[in-house]
Amino acid sequence: MYRYDEIDQRLVEERVAQFRDQTRRFLAGRLSEDDFRSLRLRNGLYIQRYGPMLRVAIPYGLLTSLQLRTLAHIARKWDRGYGHFSTRQNLQFNWVRLEDAPDILAELARVQMHAIQTSGNCVRNITTDHFAGIARDEIVDSFVWCELLRQWSTFHPEFSYLPRKFKIAVNGARADRAAVFLHDIGLQAVRDSAGEVGFRVIVGGGMGRTPIIGHVMREFLPWPHLLTYVEAVLRVYNRYGRRDNIHKARIKILVKALTPERFREEVEAEWASHKDGPSTLTEEEVRRVQGQFARPPYAQLPGDDAAYAAYLAAEPAFGAWAKRNVHPHKVPGYAAVTLSLKKTGVPPGDATADQMDAVANLTDRYSLGELRVSHEQNLILADVRQAGLHALWQEAKALGLATPNIGLLTNIIACPGGDFCSLANAKSIPVAQAIQERFDRLDYLYDIGELDLNISGCMNSCGHHHVGHIGILGVDKNGEEWYQISIGGNQGLTRAGAPAALGKVIGPSFAREQIPDVIEKLIEVYLDQRESEEERFIDVVWRTGIEPFKECVYGSHHQGHERRSRSLAAA
Amino acid sequence: MAVIIKGMNVVADPWQRLELNADGSLPPVPPSGDIIVPLAMWQRLRDGLLARPGRLGVWLNANEEPAAIAEDLRLFGVVAVNFPKVTDGRGYSIAYLLRARYGWKGELRAFGDIWRDQLFFLAGCGFNAFALREGEDPREALAAFGDFSESYQGSVARPLPLFRRRHLPSPDGMEWS
Repeated sequence: MYRYDEIDQRLVEERVAQFRDQTRRFLAGRLSEDDFRSLRLRNGLYIQRYGPMLRVAIPYGLLTSLQLRTLAHIARKWDRGYGHFSTRQNLQFNWVRLEDAPDILAELARVQMHAIQTSGNCVRNITTDHFAGIARDEIVDSFVWCELLRQWSTFHPEFSYLPRKFKIAVNGARADRAAVFLHDIGLQAVRDSAGEVGFRVIVGGGMGRTPIIGHVMREFLPWPHLLTYVEAVLRVYNRYGRRDNIHKARIKILVKALTPERFREEVEAEWASHKDGPSTLTEEEVRRVQGQFARPPYAQLPGDDAAYAAYLAAEPAFGAWAKRNVHPHKVPGYAAVTLSLKKTGVPPGDATADQMDAVANLTDRYSLGELRVSHEQNLILADVRQAGLHALWQEAKALGLATPNIGLLTNIIACPGGDFCSLANAKSIPVAQAIQERFDRLDYLYDIGELDLNISGCMNSCGHHHVGHIGILGVDKNGEEWYQISIGGNQGLTRAGAPAALGKVIGPSFAREQIPDVIEKLIEVYLDQRESEEERFIDVVWRTGIEPFKECVYGSHHQGHERRSRSLAAA
Repeated sequence: MAVIIKGMNVVADPWQRLELNADGSLPPVPPSGDIIVPLAMWQRLRDGLLARPGRLGVWLNANEEPAAIAEDLRLFGVVAVNFPKVTDGRGYSIAYLLRARYGWKGELRAFGDIWRDQLFFLAGCGFNAFALREGEDPREALAAFGDFSESYQGSVARPLPLFRRRHLPSPDGMEWS
């Protein structure tokens, strides 16, 4: 992880003191609800259905075992013994008391953690590829660039009251595992013909109510200009982004309104005036930040481990887990392991304090003390020796963290939904569970193959339903919970070069109890239509379009509905 | 006389700030005294305002372009920026542009829906005078300038980002004055 220096540490401590004072003034009645809102939000405190929720930052998803133990301790002492890993690689506590929040933040600061800018209309936690630094298709180690951006954006005086929240993602590998086309700013590392590092800058993507694939603003931004260019984008947005309507305030709406071409011209004009100024990054600074990342000390291993290969051959259950949950590593003899937080019956992304402690122990014993949170809401031990994989699997199984479903239908991404969130139209967790129960048979699951199923409880799309191969969205119809299904979305990370795409709604929405049947029908169409096992669900949707799926799900009712719509339109 | 924060002190404010009438028409011009006029008034009464006794300042609303006064800055004793709502952060960028792009070196005043919890950010963008919203105690608010002892990024107040100041003899590096 990035080790704080004295200044980094002092700043998070000063933040705790500042927030303690703000909370004190609020509780004493000297700050109104309204005044306090924007202050608490930028410290990760939402007022939710059952009281405040605290969102802790896990910068770019990287975490040490000590930090995870601290999160477990906080869960026990101030919450109800568990936490929820979010799609933005953060951790949420759902049951804290406002009065305790300053103490919790102080506890976090002791292990170089914070909740700074995890909410509010400011630059949020910067997300990245959960295989950063270990991927075989790495172009750069994106953690370094994320940290440079984290520092730049922390307490930025000019950009602390933006029109709306602002999310930046960095991808440092060839495959896009950070969904750079679906962020306010996406930065894709590239090398030019001379081998120099730069970034393809994508602006104005996003999900939410108005899902949009981002626009490439620059094909190659040389790395020294990273901060000054991002500053120019933010300034244009801060000045001209809409502030009259919260649903039209994201940068994507501004880019669309101006047109990407005009927006680019505005940014270029703005950039010209401070480009090459003092905020231009230096090689020395990049090296300094790199140096603050304590890279794990890898052993020199000859290559693939023979005992691991033998276990794979001998134990099909281990082989099945390894196929789904073990990932290649750039260092010979090592592998990355996904610990699945998607066991049937457990809300996706939830982990108990005991599980956190147990994972911290596994991390120390098997993975050099560091782990990552993936945006699919799983935990990743990134530096496991192949020789330890079998033992790790057995321990993970005992902990309920070895569900071999990574990349499969039951590895569902879901927001906390109506069970916790006050914005939600509908619940997501029971829907996820009903689907997981329906598809609990592993051989069936394996036959279906790679499939991303994402559930959001409302249009804010925290569950990334727009980019699920199958997306489920909770909608409100006259006070009742209904669910809209879309297919064909893709976050652009399953295969190198696979484009990001937004799903298409297949038709009128369904009651909750109908959902498992509908999903099963979609799967039947897929299995029937696919030309080989290599052709995934998403490939079939893209090849055939959504019609065959629609037909099967709605049948004649669907045609009647279509006809009615057409005649109404004609009238 | 109202008090404001200026140069980290609480001082009496000699300026009277004028506003357009509700129907958008111009208010009467006081015969004497130091006045801060809205942009529209400056644009329409320019010569008359310059001819009257007393000093002149201008204020911008969050939606107004600082470029509109860039050529005239030398004529003003103060430039002020309104924050209609605390969540409306356009004024921070206006301050940046007035300082860094158009070179305004005099009093830059923030007013409107601001209180102690915005002072650190406002100062970072180059504001050096602050008329807090009604009901705030400016003396108590002074402590907020010290909320953070460092800033990572370059700003108007400290153009060199932390990474360019690490090796300088003075930890603060270059100061805007």
